Amino acid sequence: MVPAKPLASAKRMENLRRNWYKFSRNRMSILGLFTVLLVTFLAVFAPLVAPHPEHASAFVDFANASRPPSLEYPFGTDVIGRDILSRIFFGFRFSLGMGVIVLSLVVPPGVVLGLVAGYNQGTWLDTVIMRITDIFLAVPSLVLALAICSVLTPNLFNAMLAVSLMWWPWYARLVYGLASTLRNEFFVASAETIGASKFHILFREILPNCISPIFTKMSLDMGWVIIIGSALSFVGLGVQPPRPGLGTMVSDGSRYLPEQWWISIFPSLAIVLVVLGFNLLGDGLRDMFAAEEA
Amino acid sequence: MMTDLLTATGLKKHFVIGQSGILKPKPITVKAVDGVSFAVREGETFGLVGESGSGKSTVAYTIIGMYQPTEGNITFRGQSLFQGDKKRSSAVKKEIQIVFQDPGSSLNPRRTVKQIVELPLQIHQPEKDPLPKIVRLLEMVELPPDYVHKYPQMLGGGEKQMVAIARALATNPSFVILDEPTSALDVSIQAKIINLLIRLQEDFHLSYLFITHDLSLMRNVASRVAIMYLGKICEIAEAAEFFRNPYHPYTQMLLSSIPVVSAAEEELKPKKITSRGEIPSPVNVPSGCSFHPRCPEKMDLCSMEDPLMVEVEEGHTVRCHLFSPEQGGL
Amino acid sequence: MSVGPLLDIKDLYVHFHVFGGTLKVLDGVNFTVYSGEKVGLVGETGCGKTTTMKAVLRVLPMPPARIPGGEIYFKGRDILKMGAEELGRVRGEGISMVFQDPTAALNPVFTIGQQLGAVVRYSLAGGKRISRKEIHQRAVVALKEVALPDAERLLKNYPFQLSGGMRQRVCIAMAVAGSRELIVADEPGTSLDVSIQDQILRLLRRLVEEKNTSVILITHTLGVVREIADRVYVMYAGKMVEVATTEELFSRPLHPYTLGLMKAVPKLTGGGIADGIPGRIPDYLDPPGGCRFHPRCDRAMGVCRREKPWFYRVSDDHEVACFLYREGGKGK
Repeated sequence: MVPAKPLASAKRMENLRRNWYKFSRNRMSILGLFTVLLVTFLAVFAPLVAPHPEHASAFVDFANASRPPSLEYPFGTDVIGRDILSRIFFGFRFSLGMGVIVLSLVVPPGVVLGLVAGYNQGTWLDTVIMRITDIFLAVPSLVLALAICSVLTPNLFNAMLAVSLMWWPWYARLVYGLASTLRNEFFVASAETIGASKFHILFREILPNCISPIFTKMSLDMGWVIIIGSALSFVGLGVQPPRPGLGTMVSDGSRYLPEQWWISIFPSLAIVLVVLGFNLLGDGLRDMFAAEEA
Repeated sequence: MMTDLLTATGLKKHFVIGQSGILKPKPITVKAVDGVSFAVREGETFGLVGESGSGKSTVAYTIIGMYQPTEGNITFRGQSLFQGDKKRSSAVKKEIQIVFQDPGSSLNPRRTVKQIVELPLQIHQPEKDPLPKIVRLLEMVELPPDYVHKYPQMLGGGEKQMVAIARALATNPSFVILDEPTSALDVSIQAKIINLLIRLQEDFHLSYLFITHDLSLMRNVASRVAIMYLGKICEIAEAAEFFRNPYHPYTQMLLSSIPVVSAAEEELKPKKITSRGEIPSPVNVPSGCSFHPRCPEKMDLCSMEDPLMVEVEEGHTVRCHLFSPEQGGL
Repeated sequence: MSVGPLLDIKDLYVHFHVFGGTLKVLDGVNFTVYSGEKVGLVGETGCGKTTTMKAVLRVLPMPPARIPGGEIYFKGRDILKMGAEELGRVRGEGISMVFQDPTAALNPVFTIGQQLGAVVRYSLAGGKRISRKEIHQRAVVALKEVALPDAERLLKNYPFQLSGGMRQRVCIAMAVAGSRELIVADEPGTSLDVSIQDQILRLLRRLVEEKNTSVILITHTLGVVREIADRVYVMYAGKMVEVATTEELFSRPLHPYTLGLMKAVPKLTGGGIADGIPGRIPDYLDPPGGCRFHPRCDRAMGVCRREKPWFYRVSDDHEVACFLYREGGKGK
């Protein structure tokens, strides 16, 4: 008698519930998760939830310029009269978008290279891949990003490109360490002696055992990418005005400190909120996965 | 007349693990297996016994194809398993399988039982729906069908090992290497698995190479036994003879220190020989007969020359100067 | 003058709170060790033997774990009620544990001398300050006591430079360094070869004889216990099921579980191995009522399902927790 498929999903539900139990024991992790979900919600539904969605694009209202926080403009307005709160919601789009796109560009090649190098540890393939990785790691990352951005047209796309170029080696390193240890496990030897293809061994045997650290790192990296993206925007090499990138907003308002403090401070706090949220989430994921291995 | 299914002749496997000295670097070699010859007949259980560092697992890994021999050869059904650079054929891969020592790490914790057992089928005998075959394999090892969706962490040690056995049997092998299959398990679970293995052997006419350091266990599973020390075989005999009439001092020493549970067994042990000293590492193998530093019967010749394998009785061979013809031992 | 027991565990219960409920691991453990004796504790994986010993040393992680009942008396004082200072002295001079895997028990980045020295320093009473020289001397003495050659050189070595057997002996030296009264050895030779295990066991026996140290030997290997122990406890699913002198237990095993274990051990006499005990160890989240072994017992009776058996005295040196041996029970 062959068991029906539903048993598999029943087991997965059980696993999910167990993982949630482990995750939810830490208040900070829940806070992180909530923050990330909140920011995502605000970013996705910005046109619907922002009080003044039209302020996110080209818009001027000098009559209401530089107003301090009030009921109508909870975070105040900037020098052109745009509502800061609404712009922050749209700003989250750039931040999250940048994080997602950079990680999507960076993680697959980094992971694949790490797997290949780790599995072939000790051979020329390992040496070539890891030395290239080392070269990229040796260049100071922010400087590299600045250099690339100043050579190319300063815009968000190029900023993401620059960040991606310096980010992939970390994933290669991470996965290299994991893969080179895992390749000595008996289940890999078993797959080899059975005659499994290299593709199978790398992606179906070794990679699934690397997923936990990769996801944890991705979550923590979101925070970093957002900070670097904001930094690039702050110096004018990322999101260009009038678009509401968070770093750009901080830069715009920096001239008017400390009297019109709300123009810079609120976007800064927004950056802190997003980054902190991802960090706490990442910590929680790491603890959850660690408990699982115990 | 049983035919030899698998033979090893003069098998050596050395590993170079580094270099010593800076000016004139000498390679440091681990002589894990250093000249091993034996044959496993069809349908029998051939036991390989030894302590850590003896090389027994390395022999297993070489047979299964994880290592290439440094010297010597292994033939299966008369054909050499190592033909230059040619990879092993799929047909041979199907016939020779292995169950590894540590069930905890021989099953991928991120794959389900179904995926684990399915792999050899996917590669060698792909079918549209392998599930019925997988369930049948689980039934053969007395595991219920709903285990297909479980992950290894949900199974006990014995159950994991049963999955490993099911996986090994998936391609209908004729020769299965069992490398310490029950060392990590409790005694009652060990009993269950050993009896299962014996039944499977009868049902499917399997030949086993059974590796363990547990001599009492070996007494109950093997039809012939070989004992290894630092990469070489010291003695081979039929099981009952091996335990009743051990010739080699190392065999006697090991047999005398087995912990047993009854007075009847106590009677069967050779007189107690206290083992002296540590087991040397395979990097620094003593000269001549590698056992001489610990041997209570050591003679001068033993530190100078390595003895050859000699037949002392029918089907019983020993490698020890005490019994070599020149010494007039027998 | 009669000497009371050195260690006396009375009715110990230990529960663990986990996802899914409470694991009721220890279910009223009773265990006694006298001075100068070697007691074997035999049980299979998951029976609670390590949990029991960790409770004695109070090294159980006290969130998930809880001790809802029982006492652990060491020289008449309840360990569970001790304050930090007294507990420190018990751990320092009274009881020590030698763990199963000597490689994991030794810190790879410190030399043997540093680790052994640390034990010597912390285990002396009243935090007396002793000189480096004296620590060194005591360390050398400790190594000599466990028959490790070339002690001076060994102290400078790191654990990876030693073989498994030597590492285990270093762990025993660390256990003995502070004039121990009780050593708990958890599977002391299991990861080692038979000949080396043999040496380790003889070492333990010698230590007991020379220093009147008591030893609790935890193992799942019956043969080892027969070689070295004076008395043996058999444990199953969080309870002791049988206790007897070694000779009694091996010539007359009584509890159905003990019998099952004895039958399942491969014998040097050959003849195949009897099938193991059917079934699995119970789920501690929802253990069987009555005698925890009854679902797997081929002689289970009605009462076994309903009530928990006491230790019934079969002779002066043999007690069994099984209704078969109750007064008027079928076992007699």
